[in-house]
Amino acid sequence: MTAILLIEQILNGLQLGVMLFLMAAGLTLIFGVMGLINLAHGSLYMVGAFACAAVAAATGSFWLGLVASLIAAAMAGVIVEMLVIRRLYDRDHLDQVLATFALILVFSEGTRWVFGSFPLYLDVPPLLAGPVSLPGGIEYPAYRFAIIVAGLLIAAGLFLLIARTRLGIRIRAGENDREMIAALGVDISLLYTLVFALGAALAGFAGAMVGAIQSVQVGMGEPVLILAFVVIVIGGIGSIRGALVGAILVGVTDTLGRVLLPILFGRFMEASQATTVGAALASMLIYILMAVVLLVRPRGLFGAA
Amino acid sequence: MRRETIVNLVLAAGFVLVPLVAWMIDEPFVVTLATRVAILALAGIGLNIALGYGGLVSFGHAAFFGLGGYAMGVLASHAQSFSPMLTWPVEISGTKSMLVIWLVAIAVSGLAALVIGILSLRTTGVYFIMITLAFAQMLYYFTVSWPAYGGEDGLSIYVRNSFPGLNTLDPIQFFAICTALLFIALFLSGRLSRSPFGLALQSVRQNPERVEATGIRPFDLRLTAFVISGMITGLAGALFADLNRFVSPSMFSWHTSGEIMVFVILGGVGRLFGPLAGAALFILLEHWLGGFTTYWQFLLGLLLLGVVLFFRGGLIGTIAGREVAHD
Repeated sequence: MTAILLIEQILNGLQLGVMLFLMAAGLTLIFGVMGLINLAHGSLYMVGAFACAAVAAATGSFWLGLVASLIAAAMAGVIVEMLVIRRLYDRDHLDQVLATFALILVFSEGTRWVFGSFPLYLDVPPLLAGPVSLPGGIEYPAYRFAIIVAGLLIAAGLFLLIARTRLGIRIRAGENDREMIAALGVDISLLYTLVFALGAALAGFAGAMVGAIQSVQVGMGEPVLILAFVVIVIGGIGSIRGALVGAILVGVTDTLGRVLLPILFGRFMEASQATTVGAALASMLIYILMAVVLLVRPRGLFGAA
Repeated sequence: MRRETIVNLVLAAGFVLVPLVAWMIDEPFVVTLATRVAILALAGIGLNIALGYGGLVSFGHAAFFGLGGYAMGVLASHAQSFSPMLTWPVEISGTKSMLVIWLVAIAVSGLAALVIGILSLRTTGVYFIMITLAFAQMLYYFTVSWPAYGGEDGLSIYVRNSFPGLNTLDPIQFFAICTALLFIALFLSGRLSRSPFGLALQSVRQNPERVEATGIRPFDLRLTAFVISGMITGLAGALFADLNRFVSPSMFSWHTSGEIMVFVILGGVGRLFGPLAGAALFILLEHWLGGFTTYWQFLLGLLLLGVVLFFRGGLIGTIAGREVAHD
């Protein structure tokens, strides 16, 4: 295996990682501020992807689709928060899991009702269709590279938002003591709706971006949702920094595991058997990583003790 | 008699009578549907011990359900192809005997619950929910990518396994086997909740610090409950595989974990007959709503939302009132 191939795989892992970060950031914000486990976060990802594919097909412009995905996911988030999620904040985790599980059924079947069971296709915009040359003679697909850049920019923006703006101050205050900031005159229910819409928009954006390299179909959000949960558990629930570190760790581990483990086992096993064992182990690798992290640090890498 | 006891008796009588009448007027489909309810309720009874009595929100009980299913699938597939499972150090061959399969399913899922429990019970709250989910996902991806037993396609078993003295292919006789196991499990679960162990377990749910102060280790109680819980759900998995004569990785999927949880919550968390009421209601809804539209899951989702938001305490809690304290 050459160094160039390895770097390409690391970039692929990074691309998966930043996408997972967009999902995980929303989840971890919603958990940190409102104390809510939202299983339906994957559905918002799906809503974003479908909105982008539908608008891009109607107008011929990927960029309009991307804008539509942000708006549609944020709107869906606001509606769901006001109708359902708002009633769950003071319930225990069990009720939250069940109610958001029910929301998944509603979203998935509703989408199937409207769009049918066949996957939609979303093309990569012409501007980003070709490869991009990186230093060291590496050719990498421009679109995937754009995903990495966009993801890192959004991560930086999110850190600034939380650390430097008034909204960020309120979000952090809400994490610490919701009664107190309500007493200080902050409209806490508006703040919650805003945080939920922000998380939803991030998920929708991730769905639209990934939609162009995978097919857009019902149920596409669920594998990503589970990965995003693994990410926030590894990073520590409620921590944005943890979400970023966890997302990149999971993305790179998963991608490299799938490539390297079969080769590694090939050193001391016959080829066909090595592929089987390597592939089986690689698909379990991030869950093993999560179990190990939780055993060493039961509250994740950056979780509050 | 308490109102909940009356509700339970009506449920039990109805559950046995409806399939019997259906059998007499020759409606085997209803009998099969009731068998499904019995098996899923059994899985729910398992989860209820961890979730309802112990307060352990396990989002990974599909792991035990699937292991039970694969215990049946692996043993029976070796028996039907006449190939030994192990040749070294001792030769072990497959089997088509339900009794042996049940024992293996219980042992395997109990062992898995012991390992998963020891690791997961170090965490609490959301972390516990997520780590149990992670273990189930591990097994899911393992079975998907391991080709020896069918991989993603699963395993078909051509003939249902045998039980001494009964013809298991006859729907009513298989129903009788599943129902007998269901009632044994209900009896055990009821005894367990009133036993010193069960009482201690329920007080650990309510106030672990106080239990610890009396000299009982919460971890041991929780682990024991988790293992018993996993064993019962594993047995249900073996029966479910036998009902369908098919096992596939979908038994390990997180949807399965979610559904088992739905049975328990729909019926009433911590109620003895909750899982039976929940599974029966779920299967009836699935069947009834499925008659209206192919998008029945949409309506099911709305109904579930309604139950969580407005009918706390589930079916039994709504009918029988809050007699049994559930914190």
